[in-house]
Amino acid sequence: MSIAATLSDRFWRQPRLLLALLLVPPLLWLGVIYIGSLLALLLQSFFSIDEFSGLIKYQLTLKTYGELFRPSNYDIIIRTTVMAALVTLASIAIAFPIAYYAARYAKGRMKVLFYVGVMLPLWSSYLVKVYAWKLILAKEGIITWAMTGLHLQWLLDAVLALPVIGGNSLSVSYIGTFIVFVYVWMPFMILPIQASLERVPATLIEASGDLGAEPGQTFRHVVFPLALPGIVAGSIFTFSLTLGDYIIPQIIGSSRLFIGQAVYAQQGTAGNVPLAAAFAVVPVLIMCLYLWGARRMGAFDAL
Amino acid sequence: MTAVEFTHVSRHFGSVRAVDDVSLTIAEGSFFAMLGPSGSGKTTCLRLISGFDRPTSGHIAIFGEPVDDTPPNRRAVNTVFQDYALFPHMNVRDNVAYGLMVKGQSKPQRYAAAEEMLALVKLDGYANRKPGQLSGGQRQRVALARALVNRPRVLLLDEPLGALDLKLREDMQTELKNLQQSLGITFVFVTHDQGEALSMADRVAVFNDGKIVQVGTPHDIYEQPRTRFVADFVGSSNILPPRLTQSLGGPAKWASLRPEAVCLTDGPGKARGIIEQVRYLGATNHITVRVGDQTLTAAQSATKKLHAVGDQVGLSWADMALHPMDEA
Repeated sequence: MSIAATLSDRFWRQPRLLLALLLVPPLLWLGVIYIGSLLALLLQSFFSIDEFSGLIKYQLTLKTYGELFRPSNYDIIIRTTVMAALVTLASIAIAFPIAYYAARYAKGRMKVLFYVGVMLPLWSSYLVKVYAWKLILAKEGIITWAMTGLHLQWLLDAVLALPVIGGNSLSVSYIGTFIVFVYVWMPFMILPIQASLERVPATLIEASGDLGAEPGQTFRHVVFPLALPGIVAGSIFTFSLTLGDYIIPQIIGSSRLFIGQAVYAQQGTAGNVPLAAAFAVVPVLIMCLYLWGARRMGAFDAL
Repeated sequence: MTAVEFTHVSRHFGSVRAVDDVSLTIAEGSFFAMLGPSGSGKTTCLRLISGFDRPTSGHIAIFGEPVDDTPPNRRAVNTVFQDYALFPHMNVRDNVAYGLMVKGQSKPQRYAAAEEMLALVKLDGYANRKPGQLSGGQRQRVALARALVNRPRVLLLDEPLGALDLKLREDMQTELKNLQQSLGITFVFVTHDQGEALSMADRVAVFNDGKIVQVGTPHDIYEQPRTRFVADFVGSSNILPPRLTQSLGGPAKWASLRPEAVCLTDGPGKARGIIEQVRYLGATNHITVRVGDQTLTAAQSATKKLHAVGDQVGLSWADMALHPMDEA
């Protein structure tokens, strides 16, 4: 009997052995490399830095977390969280109709076109896309050109004149950062929503109408609750990716920092690893809070 | 009064004529069955009544009112779906109360109505369960309660018993029939199961290729099938070609001869043949007899004398049992 046959017989007699063999490598990877480094990070955040020598004091303290609440650091957290929330809401609003169309109406070639259209941007480099957007949004870019051609320069100027979110041009304003975030994470919102809508049988929507519901009521009571797990899944992506990103706000937007940039700066040039770690814990905490809230609101009841 | 009326209704999907020039009337308070093989247009007809689909041509009226431009949510009909279509994220109570909720009834009011309906379908005590925690038969009852709580004037049932096992299906047949009689609502029932159609309906429409082949009482449909298709689809039948019908003393037309009308005799009978096969079906035996180049099947009580393959037997039947019909 060959080795393969001996092995397969062995696995048949002891199914647990196969399970162990399948699970141990990924669990090791996840446990040691991922969870382990996360714990190391968490530990680092409880250390502090000696202000004179710049060396790390290996003594457990909450001092570094206290520093997060200094106005300049606190602003970074609020700015990033608000941006992540707005990006998520906009992504839901834009992704839902696309996902709904793809799940309920697209057939055959249109479905293929949908998948290619959604996935294609993921195949090209993220940096290329961000720099492309920099050109699109620049003062000399295509948007300014098109708005001028359409005699809508005044509209663009009015938008850019808005306090806080405006700026010299779209590429150096929060609006620009927002647009690029929404664009770059869009597939991560469309696909989960589409997957969840795909599992809603068409007869449920018919049943709702049959029972007298107006289309708006059907959406509110049937379609939306059943799509909610997908929306939550998608928003976990858009929310956490925005919270952690440090490239987009650096290339596009006002020069004010986001959490990702703060982490990058603190652990690099500033050499303040404990503060970088404390900053890095913030998105983890926010995501935990978000998931807990979503669960409380019954977002996973339909799973 | 007429509950549902079809006037030359067609529904084409591309080149497929799913429903092809159907005219029919369904009387108020009747239990109407649409019977046919899959793809015969019966389910499409149901969807045209509920409004999920619109006719390519022709008109539909519900209680005399044309509904050609009325969306499903404004029609006085409710549907029990083949897959039940219960809302998986709501418990049984909210599922049943759904129709009242969207009409704006208060919570106590609609929950009271839901409890009442659940009692009617013998599901009291299940209000807090989710559909996923119910058996097929229970889901079926919830679907029924959810439709009936709206007091529809017509209840549409799309193969509602198809997913149930045999015993449960028989129980539900009786219950549905009782329910229909006590509520007095018009039931329109789609099925491919001829036994179900015959045992429950007051009137049966037999569908084939998008057309209605015959409408009548179950008795008419079974005893006097109009065409070969009806004879063959509704119950099993011996279908005799014109030549054989003529040689057996009938007109030169196709004819149907129900197996249970055929008796085996030791005497000469109307025809003689050799037994080719005996199938034991519990209560009856189906005995296939070769008569010339044709075979005829006789259904015989299993308690009768047992015949063996190869026996010479005579076949006899009452003259009226040989029913001539159209070719198509």
